[in-house]
Amino acid sequence: MSPRRLFAMVYKEALQILRDPRSLAIALVMPLMQMGLLGYGVSLDIKHVPICVYDQENSQLTRAIVSRFDAADWFSTVRTLHDQAGVRRAIDAGECIAAVVIPVDFSRTLAATGGATIQAVFDATDVNTSNIAQGYLQGVIAEVNAGIEARWFAAHGGQPSGIGQIDLQPGTWFNETLDSRNFIIPGVVAVILALIGAQLTSLTISREWERGTMEQLISTPVTALEVMLGKLIPYFAVGMIDAAVCLALAVFWFDVPFRGNLLTLFVATALFSLVVLGIGYLISVRIRSQLAASQIALLVTLLPTTLLSGYTFPIDQMPRVIQAITLVVYPRYYVTILRGIFLKASTLLDLWQPLLGMIVFAILIVWLASRAFHKRLD
Amino acid sequence: MNANPAESATGGDAVIADGLTKRFGTFTAVDRLSMRIARGEVMGFIGPNGAGKSTSIRMLCGLVEPSEGRASVAGFDVGSQSQEVREHIGYMSQKFSLYGDLTVRENLRFFAGIYRVPAGELAGRMEYAVSMAGLEGQENTRVATLAGGWKQRLALGCAILHRPPVLFLDEPTSGVEPEARRRFWDLIHDLAANGVTTLVSTHYMDEAEYCNRIALIDRGKLVAMGSPSELRQRGLGGALYELECSPLGAALEALHGAPGILEAAIFGDRLHVVVESGAAGAPALAERLRGHGIAVGTIRPTLPTLEDVFVHLVARGLETRTIG
Ligand SMILES: Nc1ncnc2c1ncn2[C@@H]1O[C@H](COP(=O)(O)OP(=O)(O)O)[C@@H](O)[C@H]1O
Ligand SMILES: [Mg+2]
Repeated sequence: MSPRRLFAMVYKEALQILRDPRSLAIALVMPLMQMGLLGYGVSLDIKHVPICVYDQENSQLTRAIVSRFDAADWFSTVRTLHDQAGVRRAIDAGECIAAVVIPVDFSRTLAATGGATIQAVFDATDVNTSNIAQGYLQGVIAEVNAGIEARWFAAHGGQPSGIGQIDLQPGTWFNETLDSRNFIIPGVVAVILALIGAQLTSLTISREWERGTMEQLISTPVTALEVMLGKLIPYFAVGMIDAAVCLALAVFWFDVPFRGNLLTLFVATALFSLVVLGIGYLISVRIRSQLAASQIALLVTLLPTTLLSGYTFPIDQMPRVIQAITLVVYPRYYVTILRGIFLKASTLLDLWQPLLGMIVFAILIVWLASRAFHKRLD
Repeated sequence: MNANPAESATGGDAVIADGLTKRFGTFTAVDRLSMRIARGEVMGFIGPNGAGKSTSIRMLCGLVEPSEGRASVAGFDVGSQSQEVREHIGYMSQKFSLYGDLTVRENLRFFAGIYRVPAGELAGRMEYAVSMAGLEGQENTRVATLAGGWKQRLALGCAILHRPPVLFLDEPTSGVEPEARRRFWDLIHDLAANGVTTLVSTHYMDEAEYCNRIALIDRGKLVAMGSPSELRQRGLGGALYELECSPLGAALEALHGAPGILEAAIFGDRLHVVVESGAAGAPALAERLRGHGIAVGTIRPTLPTLEDVFVHLVARGLETRTIG
C-alpha cells in the first residue's frame, strides 16, 4: 500500500466522476427523482397481520368476538394476553402489530348504554401496517356489530331493536401522527442508496476495460488493493452526500420525525454505503461491459431492497422461509436501523443486532472485493 | 534493492525469454519463444496481425500468464517478481490507453503518482515529457481531443516518467502518419542512447530498419532474428543474384532443381536467384544458363528487402509444417 499511489488513484477517479455526465446524473439527480417517486406513490395491501388480544372480561360475548378476529383472513396469529404489561411487551418484541384490549365491564356497559368500546394499541414504528391493521379491526367490529351482538341480545332477553354499538378506540405509542409515510420513507432512503451506490461503482472497472485504460493501469506497480480503495473512496464520498440529501429530504420535506442521534445514523449509513459500493465494485470486476455490469447491479440491489428488506412488505408478515432468507438480505438491517433511529430514538446499543449484521456484511463484501481484482488480462 | 539488477543477475541482458508459450484453449498464440535483448538495444518485433506479438509482450510485462516457459525483465523474474518488474518497465499497449477525459497534465500527474516519481523531480520530468511529446502550451487540453501522433508521444511520455530501464511498445506507430512515425522513432533512439532497452512491435516493414535487431514472428513462432543487414544477407539461406536474361521462362526452368540453386523467381523483367552459400557464384550460373541456350546479360549480387526475407521464411515455415 503506497499513500502516494492511492492518492493518485483517488484523485484521478474523482476527476473522472466530475467529468462524466452519466456518473454525475446518477449521483445527483437520481436520488432526488427517486425520493419523489418512491416517497409518494405507495399503497399497500397486507394480509395476515399478527395481533394480540387481551380479553379482560372473558365472557361468552367477548370470546365470541375474539373468535371473529381469529376467523378473519386479515390476521394471522391471534395471541391471547393476560395483563396490560404483556400488551406492551408483545408490541415491543414485535410479536404483533396491534393489540386489542376488551375492558372488564364490556358486556355490562354494552347492555346498559347500548354502546361499548374496545381499545386497540398499535406498533407505531410500523405505522403503515398499523394503519392497515386498524382498518381491518374496524372491519371485524363492523361484522360483530351486525351479527354476534344481535344474537347476544336475543339470548339474554335484551332488545335486539336497540342496537348497541361497539367502537374501536385506537391509541398509539411512540408516534402521534400515524402517517404511513413515516414508516415508508426511511426504507425509501435505503432503497435509493443501494440502487445508486451499486450503480456508481459497477461502472468504474468496466469503464476502464471498455476504454482500454485498464491494460495500461495493470502494467504499473499499482496494487489491487490500491485500485479498489482508489475506486471506492471517491464514490463513498458521493454515497454519503446522497445519503445526506435523501435523509434531509425525509426530515425536511416529508416531515418524518427524527428522534435518534446523528452519530448512529452516520455509522449505519457509512456501513451500508460500504456494502453497496463494494457489491457494485465486485460486479464491475467480474463483468467487463459497462452495460451488463450496471444491469446486474440493478438486479442485485433492486430486488432484495424492494422485496425483502421490509421496506414495503413487513418482514414479520412474510412466510417463515422468506423471513429466514431476509437474514442474508443486507438492506433489511439498514432499514431496521433507519426506522429505529427515526421513529424510536434507538441508540447504537439498542440496534446492536442489525448493526452487527451490517458489520458482518461490510467485512465480507470488502474482503471479497479486495480479492476479486487481479492484475491480469486473462 | 540492487542498484543494477539487470547486469548482476543476467550478465547484461535486459530481457530474457525462455520457451515462452501461450495457449488460448487449443490454439497456440505464442509457441516457445526464446530470445535475449541486451541493455540499450532496440529490438523490433515484426510480424503480421495475429502473429503473437502483443501476447508475447504482455507475457513479458506480466499481464498475461504464460502457459509454459519463463522470462526475466530488468533482472527480475516475471512470474515471481511481477511487482518489481512493473516498477522497472514502461509499457504502451497497442490500443491507446491514456485517460481521454483527463488533460495532458492530469494524465502525466496520475502516472507520476502511480510510479511514485520523487516529488522533487516531478515538475522537471513532466516538463520533459510535455516537450518530448511536443505538447507545450497544450497541458490543459483533454487528451481525447489530441491527434494520433501527439497521443502516442504523450503515451510514451507517461510510460517513461519513472525512467524505466526497459520499454515495451506495442505497435506505437500504428495509425500514425509517416512524419509522426519518424519523430517517434527518433525518441526511441534518444532513449536507447541513454541505455534504455526497447522491445517495439510493428507491422510496418520499413520500420524494421530502425532497429538494432529484429525478431520475425509468424503464427506464434520466432522464424528469424538478427540485425536488419544480417537478415538481408543471410535470411534467404544463400546469396541472391539478380540477372538479366532471355527468355525468362526457359531460364527459370533451367535453374529449377539444379544443384546449388535454392530458389529462382521472376522479378519484373529479371530473374532473382538464390545460390547456396559456398556454391560457385555468378560465373557458374551464367555458364549453366548459356548451356541451355539462354542469352545472359548482367549478373549482379544484390540484397533482398526485409519483406522478401520475411516472405521467404514464412513460406519455408509453411512447407516444413506441411511436410513435418
Ligand atoms: N485473450 C485471447 N483469447 C483467445 N485468443 C487470443 C487472445 N488474445 C490473443 N488471441 C489470439 O492470439 C493470436 C495472437 O494475437 P496477438 O498476440 O494479439 O497478435 P499480434 O499482436 O501479433 O497481432 C491471434 O490469433 C489472436 O486472435
Ligand atoms: Mg498486436
